[in-house]
Amino acid sequence: MKSSLTEERTLNIRVMLFIVASLILMITDHRFGYFQTVRTHLLTLVYPIQYLVNLPLKTGQWLSMSANRRVKLLQENAKLHEENLRLKVGLQKYQHLSKENKRLRQLLHSSTRLGERVMLAEILAVELDSAKRDITINKGSKHGVFINQPVIDAQGVVGQVTQVGMFSSIVMLITDYNHQLPVQIERTGLRTVAKGMGTVNRLSLLYIPNIGLNHGIKVGDLLVTSGFGDKFAKGYPVATVIDVTPDIGKPYAQVQASPLARLEQNNEVLLVWKTNK
Amino acid sequence: MNVEKHHGGWVILLSFIFSFMLAIIPLPIWATVWRPDWVEMVLIYWCLAIPQRIGIMTAWSIGIIYDVLHNSLLGQHALFFSFIAYVSIKLHRQIRLFPLWQQAIVIFGLITITHLFNIIINTILGHPPLVVISFIYEGLTSMLLWPWLFIILRDMRRTYNVY
Repeated sequence: MKSSLTEERTLNIRVMLFIVASLILMITDHRFGYFQTVRTHLLTLVYPIQYLVNLPLKTGQWLSMSANRRVKLLQENAKLHEENLRLKVGLQKYQHLSKENKRLRQLLHSSTRLGERVMLAEILAVELDSAKRDITINKGSKHGVFINQPVIDAQGVVGQVTQVGMFSSIVMLITDYNHQLPVQIERTGLRTVAKGMGTVNRLSLLYIPNIGLNHGIKVGDLLVTSGFGDKFAKGYPVATVIDVTPDIGKPYAQVQASPLARLEQNNEVLLVWKTNK
Repeated sequence: MNVEKHHGGWVILLSFIFSFMLAIIPLPIWATVWRPDWVEMVLIYWCLAIPQRIGIMTAWSIGIIYDVLHNSLLGQHALFFSFIAYVSIKLHRQIRLFPLWQQAIVIFGLITITHLFNIIINTILGHPPLVVISFIYEGLTSMLLWPWLFIILRDMRRTYNVY
């Protein structure tokens, strides 16, 4: 029999080795982005597991859809048709305005806004670290997704891509504690930064001075992306202001906002690419 | 190392894949803090049952995969899993002799320690937990489910002759 003493010693050495390796790995992963490609490959590797977890849910949805009665589907179809017509009418006006805007900008010799291309992505029903506010979507580098890509939904900004795998990616929501988004008040043009608070559906606005609070910002104001930081294009709706409290002890007021995007109930989100149209 | 030495690796692999799936299945919000730590329990079982085969290296690799699935820092869970594997291999002769309820208490201790460290690291990184004492809940449900998991895995091990 091999002596249990040497066995124990190798075990001790091994555990020290692996603990040191983990610590070094954690620090490098946190400080520098060396492991982006490694993570991409590993995320691709675990995609089958995510897919398997997601599958029963998708099958259930499909079954309930095919079991829907024909009448209900027809009703839904009619409703969607009507909505489509209404949106088209609105779009006619918009197209006219957009052309006029472009012409005016040319007259002023200022650059025209960039065009955009969007792609629909489904949110996978898998759970991540509950302390963070992240979601997994079913599009990856195979579909052209890249890191820091903006993600929106029909109502407003959702977040940005932080990890990319081949078939899936991870999106950090704007409510995450580590997420900051440059925004401005649509009404007054006041610029600020919307920071996530780590809780559901709350943003806090930074750097709004106590002075001049009453004409710069008020409850109900709409916040849109300001286009600074170069990740999000200008003008996407982000949130509405719900609380403005001057903080006498500090130079800046405490302002909270509620995101417009349906961050917690969405099934689908849109990925945005800039194009030079 | 010859081929005959090991047997039934697919059972081990399958049990880990299954535990990964259970670890990321979506639960209602109130239930997320009660989610038992399936991966750690399965890891502890194999470390106790076949310590000559499942060692710290396996635990570390499993931890890296779990980090990617869970979107935590690379190495965060690898660290905890190496620690867990170390303790369970070091004490496997004693723990194996314990009755199931006593084993469950050891499981509670191990899982609670790792979850406490997880919360500490997350807080340093700027992700304070929503429920501060949630690390105890996870240990509690794991403790309650340990005997059943132990029996299932032991039967699997005997049926498919894993060693």
